[in-house]
Amino acid sequence: MTTPDVLSRETPQDELEQEYKWGFTTEIDVDLAPKGLNEDIVRLISSKKGEPEWLLKWRLRAFRHWLRQDDNHPDWAMVEFPSIDFQDIYYYAAPKSDDDRPKSLDEVDPEILETFEKLGIPLNERARLAGVAVDAVFDSVSVATTYKDQLEKAGVIFCPISEAVEKHPELVRKYLGSVVPYSDNFYATLNSAVFSDGSFVYVPPGVRCPVELMTYFRINQEDSGQFERTLIVADEGSYVSYLEGCTAPTRKSHQLHAAVVELVAMDNAEIKYSTLQNWYPGDKEGKGGVYNFVTKRGKCAGVDSKISWTQVETGSAITWKYPSVILQGDNSVGEFYSVALVSRHQQADTGTKMTHIGKNTRSTIVAKGISASHGNNTYRGLVKINGGADGAQNFTQCDSLLIGDKCGAHTVPYIEVKNPTARIEHEASTSKVSDDQLFYLMQRGIDEEEAHYMIINGFCRGIFQELPFEFAMEASQLLKVSLEGAVG
Amino acid sequence: MGASEIPMLAVRGLHASIDDTAILKGLDLTVNAGEIHAIMGPNGSGKSTLANVIAGRPEYEVTDGDILLDGESLIEMAPDERARAGVFLAFQYPVELPGVRYWQFMKAAVDAVRKERDETPLQVREFDRKFTGMAKTVEVRSDLVRRSVNEGFSGGEKKRGEMFQLAMLEPKLAVLDETDSGLDIDALRAVARTVNEMREPRRSMVVVTHYQRILNYVTPDFVHILVDGRIVRSGDAGLAEEVEDRGYEWVTAGNGAAS
Repeated sequence: MTTPDVLSRETPQDELEQEYKWGFTTEIDVDLAPKGLNEDIVRLISSKKGEPEWLLKWRLRAFRHWLRQDDNHPDWAMVEFPSIDFQDIYYYAAPKSDDDRPKSLDEVDPEILETFEKLGIPLNERARLAGVAVDAVFDSVSVATTYKDQLEKAGVIFCPISEAVEKHPELVRKYLGSVVPYSDNFYATLNSAVFSDGSFVYVPPGVRCPVELMTYFRINQEDSGQFERTLIVADEGSYVSYLEGCTAPTRKSHQLHAAVVELVAMDNAEIKYSTLQNWYPGDKEGKGGVYNFVTKRGKCAGVDSKISWTQVETGSAITWKYPSVILQGDNSVGEFYSVALVSRHQQADTGTKMTHIGKNTRSTIVAKGISASHGNNTYRGLVKINGGADGAQNFTQCDSLLIGDKCGAHTVPYIEVKNPTARIEHEASTSKVSDDQLFYLMQRGIDEEEAHYMIINGFCRGIFQELPFEFAMEASQLLKVSLEGAVG
Repeated sequence: MGASEIPMLAVRGLHASIDDTAILKGLDLTVNAGEIHAIMGPNGSGKSTLANVIAGRPEYEVTDGDILLDGESLIEMAPDERARAGVFLAFQYPVELPGVRYWQFMKAAVDAVRKERDETPLQVREFDRKFTGMAKTVEVRSDLVRRSVNEGFSGGEKKRGEMFQLAMLEPKLAVLDETDSGLDIDALRAVARTVNEMREPRRSMVVVTHYQRILNYVTPDFVHILVDGRIVRSGDAGLAEEVEDRGYEWVTAGNGAAS
């Protein structure tokens, strides 16, 4: 059997370069492309963004690969959902007035600002107070970017990926798809074909990024899929901390979110990537909610590099994500700290992959799963030690906490070791919030819901410590909001 | 003590059971404001049940009778409501709360109690001063502020922690459930000192104990002997010494009319 040669099965070049047959051009102001996915839509997205030829070709290659997948999406995860009609999704949506990106917050649609307010994200105040640069993505197109000057002074590039394609094509071209190739998996392939926008970060050699970079993603358009694409490159000896917060308002039908995040850390570089995800989980009967099918992967390309993922996942009807690290450089370090909370009828199948390639590479995995109401939580993790990874080390700890008797917690660790010098440790525990603990707290005057919340917060403490301070506060607030009605 | 005064704690004909086994079988107890009462009795007599039923532990079912705090019935109140109304239970086995910081736990508890009294939550700095000061007074370990509640504490440290919480929360009624058991002499003295310092006209305390030992340091106004779910004999501090000398059998063998 031979490996299918992807290139040979591709559509001939001339067909790729054909004029878009429906005649859509950049001049046509389409805020919402028709539902469904075909080559025309891919071309439309690319042309709306005025992308260069190479990127359009890359998208089309991905699209054609996706067509051949024949709805072959991963079915090994412990999640259940009716099959998705990919022709019933909008693949491109832009805010009404995106002709000119606002130069300042005054130019931002007041309604958008109001929504941010409701979400507790007073963009204008908080960004300044917290010293955080915010690249606010509102339905696929960035509407406000601050702190640009300070970053520019340091030589840090932080901008929408569409802008990076325009201004730094050589960087984007070099690294896009270098960690998550377009053929990686069903959803990553789909994303590669239709990605709307996302963030791009480049930190030059020896630079410690002066601010925490923060992006808020938000799904607003009903029935719109959101396909973010994020690429972060930390050059030699640099450091960057990137925070991502997600929120989506109540919507009746399921919304697909298939993002891709790629991180590249060169020699002695460090990337810290933190996520708070609280997308709409669906109602109490399990109707609606976001399908969060995300591919996140980092590559420790250089020696002594480090990539650290911290995630607090409380939202989405279904979460399917495994922020991973490829430990290629010798002595590189990968970390994964996770809190996944499921309540209502939420399902989460999440974990990480640590692939040890370089010598003396080390990885740490600490995963805390909280299951309440009818929620179902699965930790799935792969620790892979390749033959050449002498002296590789992994420590894994998986703890599950159950609230009530209708929820589920599962742990599925995979360990593949091909080097006898590897050292692997795995610890796992499952516990319930005990009546004794609740009574103890309540006897001190704390009400039942707050008591639950304190116990759960305590359970997550080790993870919250990994978050930047202001995010840690938000994370524990998020747990509280997510558990409303499920406890007490 | 004026006859018209409402007792701080009034237990009236209390029957309580756990898993359909009757433990308390018609218990009466009156504790006036400012008084310390000791409840003594052999194992299985219902001492700890009484302490837990007053605090509203859900596993116990009250089948008859009433418990009144400052004239108000506690029976229909949830444990947290009772606590906010002024009931404090020092646990026989303080529970470990992994990851829950002592400081935050105490702040939440103090704020909850203050809210009930229509007082504003303490400012962080104010609370911090109170916390640190009280930790010194009660002689709890100095790193308490950073610790998870009771996690990795020795038995004695846990019990001192209960006294610290008692001092922080300033309840109307404190029920000490065998706080003295398993303590070395230093810890016992420290516990007793807190009880004595907390003694004041508007606070009552019920000290549940198996041994007379703690009563060498805390002088109760009344001592009650509990046998088989009823108080069979009451007296002054001398009764405790008598029991210590003669044993509980002496009480059960016919000397037991409640007085």
